[in-house]
Amino acid sequence: MLLKPNPSSGVPIYLQLMEQVKHAIETGALRPGEQLPGIRPLAEELVVNPNTVAKAYRELEHEGVVELRQGAGAFVTDKAPTKKDADKLRAGQAAVAAAVEKLRARGVTEDEIRRLFEAELARNVEERRSR
Amino acid sequence: MTDRAVIETAGLTKRYEEVEALRGLDLRVPSGSIFGFLGRNGAGKTTAIKVLLGMARPTSGDARVFGLSPAEARSGVEIRGRCAFVSDQKDLYNYMTVAEMIAFTRSFYPRWSAELEQKFLRRFELPPSREIHGLSRGMRTKLALLLALCRDAELLVLDEPTSGLDPAMAEDVLQALVGQVTARESTIFFSSHQLSEVEQIADHVAIIDRGQAVVSGALDDLRAQYQRIQLVFEGDAPEFKLHAPGTHRLQRRGRVVTILSSNGGAAVLDELRGYRPASIDVSPVTLKEIFLDSVRAAEGAESADKGH
Repeated sequence: MLLKPNPSSGVPIYLQLMEQVKHAIETGALRPGEQLPGIRPLAEELVVNPNTVAKAYRELEHEGVVELRQGAGAFVTDKAPTKKDADKLRAGQAAVAAAVEKLRARGVTEDEIRRLFEAELARNVEERRSR
Repeated sequence: MTDRAVIETAGLTKRYEEVEALRGLDLRVPSGSIFGFLGRNGAGKTTAIKVLLGMARPTSGDARVFGLSPAEARSGVEIRGRCAFVSDQKDLYNYMTVAEMIAFTRSFYPRWSAELEQKFLRRFELPPSREIHGLSRGMRTKLALLLALCRDAELLVLDEPTSGLDPAMAEDVLQALVGQVTARESTIFFSSHQLSEVEQIADHVAIIDRGQAVVSGALDDLRAQYQRIQLVFEGDAPEFKLHAPGTHRLQRRGRVVTILSSNGGAAVLDELRGYRPASIDVSPVTLKEIFLDSVRAAEGAESADKGH
């Protein structure tokens, strides 16, 4: 499920491993409650430093993506961003892209679009607060 | 991994007649780490290893392995007993067969692991009845590593363990090293010219140049500190004089300026914004670039008048 990281990309290997785990969760290859490979077997399989794998798992725990259970290993949490979240974001991005395109066609500039979005978000927050 | 150091040196120097092989080497190798020891040929790597193992006496400075001084006869013997060393020569007896060489070595070490011996004989595909003078370079390297790994030592010191190996063999060797650290919690200190291999398995590195460590620390920290910054200007790039510390290799080409920063980039970025570039891009740097930069920076400092 996890692939060999590219050691020469300049991106620290623990970050590459973190991205891979998150991607696996987003695609549904790993689901909430499921266990991640053990640190030692994974280090040997990918031929990377076991401390690097341990660091990736610790950081993922810090971000709330996995839970480290003493002696049992690492498990995907319920809070981890799942495929559903990824789909939601993808759909959201499409909606934003369409809105931006429409505004551009009407001659609204990039800066103005940014200000419009920010103003709208701010108004939204205000409204919810006053409710 | 604990914070305990297995190897520690401070201001280590070694002079051979006219040559100063080590000129104040400071090293710290944490217990349980895989430590990549890098440097150009003649930078002092082999001398440092010899001093650490008590095979050469330092001229001045302090060296400790397991907290012991290798320069003292008795602690030197203890260090060599607790640590397995594979030299770049892969010293083996040519007239013996593989099986004889293993049996001979086994007789010296009470902690010898028969299980590891069988495992690596299989994994390294070593022919037990072949005489050593008939082995290829890769086979010799694998045999030397097998002898070191089976001793189940606390510390493995390896001088270029993958030199002369094809990529598949090199991967086998790296995997064996990772396995040793995960299963036995050994520490591995290895020199290498293969920077991508070092990036793959090491968690700590030191780059030495002319007998001194010019860069050392946790690999992830170094990666976070070093960044390449590219600036693009509307017109020709202005003349630069940067004061932020850790600015290396500033290069101007038309509208584009590239900078290597070794100081996390933040201070340099602040200073750079003052020049009002059209865009600033920050990208990560490979170990190879850090290596070339630190080795060349030392060169430049020593011969500033040569010019490139």
